[in-house]
Amino acid sequence: MAVSLDLLMNAVISGLLLGGFYAAVSIGVAISFGLLDVVNIAHPAFILLGSYVAFIGNTVFGIDPIVAAAIMLPAFYLLGMVLYQVYYVAFERRDDQSLRGLSFFFGVLFITEVTLVLIFGVDYRTVQAPYIGPSLNMGLFDLPLRLLVPFLVSMVMVVGLQIFLSRTFVGRAVQAVAQDQQALRLMAANPTKIKRIAFGLSIATASLAGACLIIIQPVEPSIGREYIGRIFAICVLGGLGSFPGMVIAAMTLGIAESLTATFFGPSWAPAVSFGILLVTLAVRPSGILGR
Amino acid sequence: MASLAVSGIAPGLRGVPFTLALIAVAVVIFAFGRWLDSSYAFFIGYVVVQYIVLGTAWNILGGYTGYVNFGITAFFAIGAYSTVALHKLVPTLPLPVMIVVSGVLAGLVGLGTGYLTLRLRGVFFSIATLALAVVVQTLITNWDFVGGARGAYVLRPKVAPLIGGEYVQYLFLLMLGICVIVLATARGIERSSLGYGFAAIRDDEGAAEASGVPTLKLKLIATTLSGGFMGMAGAPLPFYVTYLDPASGFSLNYAVNAIAMPLIGGTGSWLGPVVGAVLVGGLQEYLRVTISSAVNVLVAGVLMVAFVIAAPQGIVGLFQRKR
Repeated sequence: MAVSLDLLMNAVISGLLLGGFYAAVSIGVAISFGLLDVVNIAHPAFILLGSYVAFIGNTVFGIDPIVAAAIMLPAFYLLGMVLYQVYYVAFERRDDQSLRGLSFFFGVLFITEVTLVLIFGVDYRTVQAPYIGPSLNMGLFDLPLRLLVPFLVSMVMVVGLQIFLSRTFVGRAVQAVAQDQQALRLMAANPTKIKRIAFGLSIATASLAGACLIIIQPVEPSIGREYIGRIFAICVLGGLGSFPGMVIAAMTLGIAESLTATFFGPSWAPAVSFGILLVTLAVRPSGILGR
Repeated sequence: MASLAVSGIAPGLRGVPFTLALIAVAVVIFAFGRWLDSSYAFFIGYVVVQYIVLGTAWNILGGYTGYVNFGITAFFAIGAYSTVALHKLVPTLPLPVMIVVSGVLAGLVGLGTGYLTLRLRGVFFSIATLALAVVVQTLITNWDFVGGARGAYVLRPKVAPLIGGEYVQYLFLLMLGICVIVLATARGIERSSLGYGFAAIRDDEGAAEASGVPTLKLKLIATTLSGGFMGMAGAPLPFYVTYLDPASGFSLNYAVNAIAMPLIGGTGSWLGPVVGAVLVGGLQEYLRVTISSAVNVLVAGVLMVAFVIAAPQGIVGLFQRKR
C-alpha cells in the first residue's frame, strides 16, 4: 500500500507542476479567446515557434532557453500586433468572423507548422540547461526541476498579467473591451488599439510558454496539435476570461493527465482533455468561475 | 473540368436529371481513364475525386450552415480504420459494403459530437472537433487490433472485381460512385426546405430559431451527413495506400485540403468544392512532380489564407459577380 501511496503522491505532485505549465500554455488563449473573443486556434503553433526560438538560442548562442525566450518577447509581441491587424482588417471590420476567421487561423496554424517542418525537419529537438535532470527530494515525493522551473515561470507570468490587467489603465481597458466597446470609446480609448495590444501580449506569452515546453519535453513541429485540445479544455473549464479559473482548470487537467499516465499509460493522456472539454460543454458551458 | 461544362450547359438541372447528368459525366471520365490506360492517371484521379467528396462533405456543414468542422481527419480515419478492422474480421467482405458501414459509423460519431456541442455557440463545436481528431487518433494508436502505432498492412488484390484491369481502377470507380451520391445530395439539399433551413441558420441562427426553424435538428442532420460522407471517403483508403498508420491516416493535410478546397472554390454551392478540388488537387500534383513534395503541402494552406482574406466568395463567387 505504501508503494501505491508513493506513486499516487508523485503523480499528483507532477500533475500539479504540469498543470502550472499548462497555465502558461493557455494564458495566451485566455486573453485572445476569453477577453477579446478572437478564437486563435493557431496559438499552439506560436508556442512551438517559441520552442524553436529557444532551441536556436540555446544550441547556437548557448544561452538559457528561458532567457532566450525573454529576449524574444518584443518580437513575439510585434508578431501578435501584426497578426491582429490582418485579422481586424480582413474579418472583424467586415463582421465576418465565424467561418472565415476560424479558417484563417487554421491556415496560419498549418503554414507555421509546415514551415517549421521545412526548416527543422521532423526530428525531436531538446535544449541543455543545468535544471534539466536533477530533482529536489522532499521525503515523500520528488520535485523534478525540469517541471518546477516552468511552473515558476508560468506563475510569475500569470500573476504579472493579472496585476497588469487589474491595476493599469491599459489593462483595465482590455477588460473593458470584453464587456462594452462603445463605453470604452466614450472613455477616449480606441478599442482596436487596445485589442491590438492585448493580442500582442497573448502571442508574447507563447514565447515563454514555448521555452517551458522544450524544457519539459523534446519538441517536433506537429506536437502543437495535442495542445489545442488541452488549451481549449482549460479555457472552457476555467470559465472564459477568468485567470484564477484558468489556473484551477489547468492544475485539474494536469493532475487528471498525470494520474491517467501513471495508471493507464502515457499514450492515453491526450484523451483526458477531450473528455473534460466535452463534459464541461455538455454540463456547465460557463466553466468553474465563469461570468 | 467536365463538371464545369455540365453546370454551363444545365445550370437549372436538379433532382433526378441532375443525378443522371452526374452519372453520365462519371461514366465519361471513367471511360476516358480506361482509354488512357495509365495507372498513374487513375492514382491521381482517385486523389482528386476523394478531395471532391471530402470538400463537399465539409461544405454541407461548413458552407451551408456556417459551422466549421476541423475534425475531418477523425471522420476520415474512422472510415479508413473501419475498413482495416472489417477486412481483418471478414476478408471476403466486398468493399462497397465496407464503405456503407464506414459511412454509418462516421455519421454516428458526427451525430454524437454535434449533440453534445451544437447547442452552444458555433465556436465550441469547432474546438470540440479539433480535439476529437486528437482523441480518435489516441484511441486508434492504442488499438492493437488495427495495428496500433505500428500501422496496418492491407494487401491490394491484383485484379479488380467485376470490371477487370488493375485494382486501382476499381477504387477509382467506387470513389466516383461516392462522389455522384455526395454531389447529388449536396445539390438536392441546396434547393430544398432543408437547404433553406441551413441557410437561415448560417445567416442568423437566433432569428431562424425564433421563426420556428428547428435549428438543432437541422444542425444534427448536417453533422451526420457531413461526417458520414467523410467516413465513406476514407473507407477505400487502406486499399489505396496498402499501409496505413495513425500518423499518415490523421495527417493534417487531409483536414487542410478539405477546408481549403471549398473555401477556394466557393462555399455557396455544390460547384465550389468541385472547382476547388480540381484546381488545388491538380496544382498540388503538378508542384509535387516539378518542385518538391514539401512545397505542395504548403500550397493549400497559403491559398486558403489568401482566399479567405481577398476573395471570401471563392472562385465561383468571382464569376458570379462579373455576370
